[in-house]
Formats: sequence, C-alpha cells, structure tokens
Amino acid sequence: MSAPKFEWNPETAPANPRQGGPDEAQPAHEEKARRIGVYVCHCGGNISDYVDVQAVVDAVKDEPGVVVAKHTVFACSDAGQQEMQEDIEANHLDGLVVASCSPKLHVVTFRGVAKRSGLNPYEYNQANIREQVSWTHTNDPEGATHKAIGVVRGVIGRTRLSDPLEPLEVKTQQRALVIGGGISGLRAAIGLADVGLAVYVVERERELGGWVGKFGPMFPHEREGRDLIASLVQEIRKRPSITVFTGAEIASKAGSFGNYLVGIRVSGSGDSAETITVDVGSIVVATGFDAYQPPEGSFGMGLPGVITLPDFKALVDGTDGPLRFQGKPVRSLAYVYCVGGRGDGGNAHCSRFCCSATAHTSIRVAGLDPKIRQYHLYRDIRTYGSFELLYTESRKSGSVYVKYPDDAPPVVSTDRDGLKVTVRDLLSGDEELEIPVDLVVLVTGAVPRKNDGLVGILKLPIGRDGFFNEIHPKLRPVETVVDGVLIAGASQGPKSSAESVASGLAAVTQSAAVLKKGVAELDPLVATVDPDKCTWCGKCENACPYGAIEKLSLNGREVATIGEATCKGCGGCVPVCPENAIDLRGYTDGQITAMIDGLLEEAMA
Amino acid sequence: MTVLAAPAEGGTATRAPRILVFSTNNISDPGIDLAGSNHLHYSPGVRVIAMPCTSGIRPSWILHAIRQGFEGVFIASDGDECAYLADCAKRASRIVSEAQALLRQNGYDANRLRMAAICSVCAENFAKHMNGFSDALVALRAKEAAAAAAASQASAGGDAPAGAGATK
Repeated sequence: MSAPKFEWNPETAPANPRQGGPDEAQPAHEEKARRIGVYVCHCGGNISDYVDVQAVVDAVKDEPGVVVAKHTVFACSDAGQQEMQEDIEANHLDGLVVASCSPKLHVVTFRGVAKRSGLNPYEYNQANIREQVSWTHTNDPEGATHKAIGVVRGVIGRTRLSDPLEPLEVKTQQRALVIGGGISGLRAAIGLADVGLAVYVVERERELGGWVGKFGPMFPHEREGRDLIASLVQEIRKRPSITVFTGAEIASKAGSFGNYLVGIRVSGSGDSAETITVDVGSIVVATGFDAYQPPEGSFGMGLPGVITLPDFKALVDGTDGPLRFQGKPVRSLAYVYCVGGRGDGGNAHCSRFCCSATAHTSIRVAGLDPKIRQYHLYRDIRTYGSFELLYTESRKSGSVYVKYPDDAPPVVSTDRDGLKVTVRDLLSGDEELEIPVDLVVLVTGAVPRKNDGLVGILKLPIGRDGFFNEIHPKLRPVETVVDGVLIAGASQGPKSSAESVASGLAAVTQSAAVLKKGVAELDPLVATVDPDKCTWCGKCENACPYGAIEKLSLNGREVATIGEATCKGCGGCVPVCPENAIDLRGYTDGQITAMIDGLLEEAMA
Repeated sequence: MTVLAAPAEGGTATRAPRILVFSTNNISDPGIDLAGSNHLHYSPGVRVIAMPCTSGIRPSWILHAIRQGFEGVFIASDGDECAYLADCAKRASRIVSEAQALLRQNGYDANRLRMAAICSVCAENFAKHMNGFSDALVALRAKEAAAAAAASQASAGGDAPAGAGATK
C-alpha cells in the first residue's frame, strides 16, 4: 500500500492555534538557538501506509531549531542509524528527534546513535507515530497524518528545551529470581548460577519439571523428558548458589530495577504457609503454558474414546505392550489437528509444536503395533525445520494424512457401531469420508496459563493472544516493559522445548548483562529545585516517600534540596509546590507546555 | 475517515474534539500502545503525553491545554498499580479536584477533565474511554453553543439570564 497523499485544503484542515487571533498568547519559553535533526520513519509500511511521511517532514522542516528533516524507511536499521550519525556530525546537531515506533522499543537504540555521534543521549526524544498514530488510525490516513504532524511538533518543542544530562548509577543485587521450574526455568537457573549470580527458583507445583517432566521419549534423540529434567535437577543440586522453593508462589513485589524485594509464599504441611522475602536484581518469568481443553461437545469431546493429545501422549508413554484405552484394544485412531488453535476455541494463534508432537506420537504408536490404522486429519502440516523428518517417517510407518478444508472441520460422532469421524478429503476430489475408529485424539495446542495473581503482582504486560508480551519480538525478545523483569519459555507464546531453553538462556544473558556490572544506569530524569523560587514550606518533603527532599540553608535562606540518588523521578513533589519551584528533568514545566502547544499544531505546510 | 462531530446548529459538521491524554510511561502508555498494536480505533484528535507518574501532573498544564485549544483532558492514571507511590490514586484525585477548580475559576466546564485508571493491557478500555469522551465533548460543545446563542438572544432582548453562557 502506498502512502496517501493529501492536498492542503484550508476549508477542511484542522485549526492551527499558532494562526489564531491576537488574543491567543503563546507561552514565552526561553529558547536557545538549537540545531535539531528530525527523522520520520516509514517503519517499512507500518507507518507510511497510513501517514504521509513526506507531508510530516514538510510540515516540520521549518520549525524553529530544526536544521535537518528527513524521512527514512527504517530509522532503526544500520543504514538509518548511520545516516543520522553522519548528519549529527556534519551539521553539529545538538538535538535529535526520531518519529517512529513506541519509545519503549528504541529509546536505547537512538540514544546510542546520539552517544556514538558525540551528542548527549538525553538530547534525543522519540515521537510515537506508530502505536499511537498509524496503527490506531488505520481507518483515517488524513487524520493520522495531521496527528503525526502535531505529535512530531510537540516532541520538537520538548527537544528545544532539553538539556544534556548524565545517567545515574544504582547498585544492583547479584541475585536473580526464576519463577517456574520447567525446562526453561531450570536451565535458566543453572545459567544464572554459572555466571556467578545467586538464584532463587519458585515452582508452584510440589515437583519440578513442568510439562517436559511428564514426557517420555522426545525428538530428536528419543531421550525421555523426565530424564532431561532429572539431569537438570542434578545439576542444580551441584550448585549451592541455587535455592529452590516448590509448592510456592509469588506473594508480593516491591522496589525497582536492580533491587526488587519479592515475597515468596511457601506452603508448609497442611494449611500452613510462610512468606519469605528475597532481594533480587532481576526476575525471569518462565511459567509455561496450559494445554487447551476443548469444551464438552467440541469435536466430540465428552464422547467415550475422545481424548486430547497430552492425555494420549501420556497413554502411549505409559504403554509397553499392545495399545489399550479403558481396557479395550486400540486398532484404529484418528488425530484431529488444530483443535483450539488457528481460530478454533477463540485462539487465533498456531501452537506450532502440535503437528510435530503428533507425528512423533504416531511413530511411537506404530512402534507399539504397526497394524494400528492411524488417520491424521489436518488443515496444514507445520513440521518446520528438522521436524519434517518426523512427518516423513510418520507417513512411512503407515500413517494416512487427510487434508480437510478450513471451513469444514471433521465431525466426530458415535452410533451403535462405535466412534466415527466424518471428514472431507480436500486432496482427493473433496470426497467425504466416514472413518470408523476406536479412538479420536484431539490435537490441542497451547493456551496462556492462568496466572492472574502473578500478572497483578509483577505488572506483566499481556498480548492480545493472552501470552506475556516482550518489548520487541526480534530485538528485545525476552525483555518486558518492566525493567529487570524478563520472560522466557512458553509463557510468552507456544514454543518447543528447545526454543524454551534458548529463550531461558537469553534471559540469563540479559540478566547477566545488567547485574554483573554491579551497577545499572538509570535515567537522570529526577526532580530539581529552583532555590530562587523556593520559600521552604515543607510540602515537597512531606510528598516524597523516599526521603529524597531535605531542607538546606542557602545564603541565609531555607530552601529544599533533592538528592539525585534517592529521587525516583516520579514527580510527585512537582504539583504540591505552591511556588512552582520544582521541575522534573525531561518533563519540565516549559517542556510540557511546549508539547501541549506543539500537539495542537497539526496543520500541514 | 476522520471522526466528525455531530452537525452543530446551523448544519455545519465540525472537527473531532482534540483530547489531551496524560499517560504514564510504565503503566497506561503501554496500554495505549497496545490499543494501537491491536488496531483499535478512536479519534485522531486524541494526543498523548507520557509522564513517569500521574502524581506529577500539574493542574496548570490542564488549564493551559484547554486554553490552547484542547476541548478535553483525560488522565490515564496508574490507579493502584503505580510503581512509585502507594497513594498515587489519592494524589491523582487531588490533582483532578484542583484542576477542575482551576477550570471553573477560568470559566470552563469541569467536565472537560476526566480520569480513569488504564493498566498496561487496558487497550479496549482506553479506546472505549476515548470514544465516550469524544462523544461527551461533542455534546458539551453543542450544549455550550446553544447556551451562548440563548445568551446572545437574551442580551439582544436586554434580559440576559444570570450565568447563561458562563462556561466554555
């Protein structure tokens, strides 16, 4: 989709307060002459499909202080960053504005650009014109463009008043907390211990291991899942720096990045419980997933002989001889794929691993008794990567694969002859087949685990699919918007066990990168007092629960002073000052009013 | 299409109300981002300034925004989820009270300011608030236009009712 283009029409254009009558006084900011570069990102087409980025550039290029204004296909790409660096150096820029995605994604990236170019990173500001403009106004490209102009002008106004700042440093605890004792959490705990951090593992169940701990042989080496978990538990036992709590849950969280105080409720015998508080620098959440449970009647659920894949896997894993279900021999079975996924059961996502798990299970069934007839009723087979070998082997071992149409899923029913599945065979002339079987296995996928308590305590962001949300799926895949709280494994979406372990180790790396330095850099966006305005009334001192504000004697006057290291940068003291003597860096009175003014200046050039 | 207000008296459609939203970096702004990620629609008249914490909003900024041309201000507060201040909700209520008093003192309808707690996943809730607030501001616009017209007529007749058209 190409960018919409607009003709300027004064009849329909929104009002521009700057062009208002003489009564509309503008605030008088003391602005030094600035040299600001503005970059409007297409984000591929994520922005430019709905926002006319050229119109945005044209509208802001003559703003006071702007000396460079461009649009760029991907501001975050190497080429995009390089262009900005060259411009900053060549034009001696002292301010940088990137209008792109949410600041939560790329503030660090573009502060890095500034830093590498000799520009103070806090002279950089990001305008969110993707999540809060193009993506939310896909139905209104013209409105989105006007809004983008206002948003960028607002951020330029803020940048005109920005000051160079240096980051604050806080000491970080050399301890990490892992929530979830499945394969991802256990492997992460070992990794964290091996980089020299003390580790607490909290598992809700009485036993460690999660899903994998219940599995029999797994692809590719046919090693049992329970053996894998046993070997991880053995490794944990070798590491005295790891403390494991089972039958335990997270009860509370306080503190901030690098210094979290987490309450762990550990159940004792009977109804007794004890809460233990640990102080940790980072938290790895690896709470896994739940298996989709079809409601009664869905694909025959509730009929005798209809079971889910996890239950069938457990049956196969526990069988040495002929396969029997509820005392009866199984001579034929049908697998119905995509139950509770890809639109079914209200779940839009594909769980990916279920195709491979089913193919693998069918090979094992054929190994128990090659005469068992196995029918795989599928929409699409997604045995990606080396799992394709399983698909091939499954077919070689006698399994029959039948592709059904997306809009005509198989119907499971029963009559006096027993269970049967009716399905349209899309690849054989769309013929309707009626398959009598002894067993129907519903191939169910992963759904988000019910963890409302934990979500509430950790303030974890949840995506539309109900799984935990990372900041960026490619660039920051295990970080969340809560600093120091990382997500791993299938808690953030369906994953194979190998992928779960990989993300657990990514969380280890991310934790180590922050905690091993011993200090974390925090934004210096703390409150400051103008001593000339302050008359010391004490209201700010009372408003600060962190004890960051004290009375100071200055040239014979009593004024407030704010400790940079203790101030958390909330700004709670700002509105209580009757003299307007307190400002929060980055959010000063001048900057906020400039943003308010700019946000309304949405007219095109 | 741009959301337009209901036709004003006289039949001319007017632009969607401009609404300034004060969000918070860690709680409500991610919720607003999620509304965008989910392509939930609300009026492009909505503009957002993210703050560290709701308790840091100056009432004077709200008055400034209304004076400059925003028809409404919405505080997307941390509610009880604020990571900084345990009593953030109480402080935010005080800020709203002070700002509403300030609006009234300056002849503005206090209903131009609203506040609701928006969590980091409250995407639909936020879109719903924005659409509802837009509608309310359009209604307020029509009500005030009617009051102003009535006051003007009464003034022309020499018997302006007390308070008519006093708010804007």
